[in-house]
Amino acid sequence: MLLEILQELHPDIDYTTHTTLIDDRVIDSYDIIFLVGEIADKLDVEIPADELTPENFNSYAALNALVERLGA
Amino acid sequence: MTVVLEYLENTVKATPEKNAFVGENGGLTFAELYEKSRAVGSFLHERGVYKKPVVVFMEKSADMVAAFLGVAYGGCYYVPLDAEMPTYRIRQIFEAVSPSLVIRDDASQQILATLEVPCDILSFADISTCRINDPALATLRQAAIDTDPLYVVFTSGSTGTPKGVTASHRSVIDYIEQLCPVLGVDETTVFGNQSPLYLDACLKELIPTLKYGATTHFIPKSLFMFPVKLIQYINAHGINTICWVASALGLVAALGALDKATPHTLRTIAFGSEVFAIKHLNRWRKALPQARFIHLYGPTEATGMSLYYILERDFAEHETVPIGRPFPNTGVLLLDENGDEPPSGEAGEICIRGTCLCLGYFNDPARTQAAFVQNPHAPFLDLLYKTGDLGRRGADSLYYFLSRKDHQIKHMGYRIELTEIEWVATRIPGVQLACAVFDDDASRIILYYMAEAGTEKSAVQAALKAELPRYMQPHALFPLDSLPQTTGGKIDRVTLLTRYKESKVK
Repeated sequence: MLLEILQELHPDIDYTTHTTLIDDRVIDSYDIIFLVGEIADKLDVEIPADELTPENFNSYAALNALVERLGA
Repeated sequence: MTVVLEYLENTVKATPEKNAFVGENGGLTFAELYEKSRAVGSFLHERGVYKKPVVVFMEKSADMVAAFLGVAYGGCYYVPLDAEMPTYRIRQIFEAVSPSLVIRDDASQQILATLEVPCDILSFADISTCRINDPALATLRQAAIDTDPLYVVFTSGSTGTPKGVTASHRSVIDYIEQLCPVLGVDETTVFGNQSPLYLDACLKELIPTLKYGATTHFIPKSLFMFPVKLIQYINAHGINTICWVASALGLVAALGALDKATPHTLRTIAFGSEVFAIKHLNRWRKALPQARFIHLYGPTEATGMSLYYILERDFAEHETVPIGRPFPNTGVLLLDENGDEPPSGEAGEICIRGTCLCLGYFNDPARTQAAFVQNPHAPFLDLLYKTGDLGRRGADSLYYFLSRKDHQIKHMGYRIELTEIEWVATRIPGVQLACAVFDDDASRIILYYMAEAGTEKSAVQAALKAELPRYMQPHALFPLDSLPQTTGGKIDRVTLLTRYKESKVK
């Protein structure tokens, strides 16, 4: 599900290998708002503001780990 | 006072060692800024470049400000470019201004090389160490008048051709003299700049910093993604004054950052360029009850901001924050379609008059004459700028923004013509017709298009991504067999937007 949300945002990105989404400016501030909203709506996980860090959003794996940790 | 450089010259005497501008890669004191900008001016003189547009294509930095001022020292005017601009736009700007010279930094070197621009490209690092020729600079200054241009900034044009808004020293001085008392700028002011340096919006920080010997920090763009870090940055640098687009403030509130951290050093928060959702505004006011919040409104063509409103009460979510009253020495008029003033409380086009008006669009008399017109009620020369915004004056004597007359939108703080997005889309091979609509509830741009059989949506998407800057990119694309038309034969935007909003609900 998380992968689908990300793919809707940037269909051209291979999220299984990309680990520098923030560093390469693939994801911008409006994408973050979109992601936070979609993750809350579709996965029922609220991401608090202090978890919004470059490390947590740089890759699909990192974001997935965050969502699993917060959703647990 | 004739030129804005006099602000710097006064301040450098008083506080030469104070930091003027600070960015990610270092900063400049007023003395350093003074030296570097006079070196650039001396270099231009030596080259024989005078009264000409000079492109400054650099990353946001203190050096870029020195380049701007250096161009002014040389008796020329600057045309700022940024790597964020799409390539087609950069090419259009080069065609429109035919610059004599480009000042680059290391970051823009590569882009310029691929563009193959037909003029001299010089590195700021090289020319800012040129020997300063004070007698030559003094001669240039003697010849300067306050209606000489200071800059040309380009803004989205509805036909796909951008408009080069040209502003004089005089209109910038007028703007800054009126703006500073409202913002409460003095030598203790520490600005946190958000807006790009290739728009007029940055004047709010750049020129007051020179005038008062204040300090501006260029906030790293990436921090706007991580609002708690952004707040920590504000506090760490003692930033007390911010003039941000409403969407940047809204983002901090929307992501819940104000619950986790408080930007306690802030005392003045100015916002504008688009509608600020009241729920976000209220979160900010609750977090900073002592701070002053100021709503600013104005078009680039009137050199920045023209009206202001200092919030003095709470607003409920269904209310509209007024755009307020004009700055001193700025005139505002509402005119209806017949050129008459509408009855009190009724809608009219917001027209602005006064010294704040810029010099029109660069090398574009037709569009200049369409937007800058004689006041129909004045029996003498009195220019009005027609903003294309509809507004009304309330019973409280304050002005309120209502809507646009055309297809211009404000998105992420940028002024965008939807028709420019369509123009870019129809240049993509296979695309026959395109219509862009803006869902302002969700702040998303949607593109509907008609294409020849076999045109892959992914190819259209990839082409748009390559051509358009980030802030203009559609969030969703919908290919259609035909686009609905109005009875007048135009593409029916209203139907498309309604269709989109309905599909979202399902």
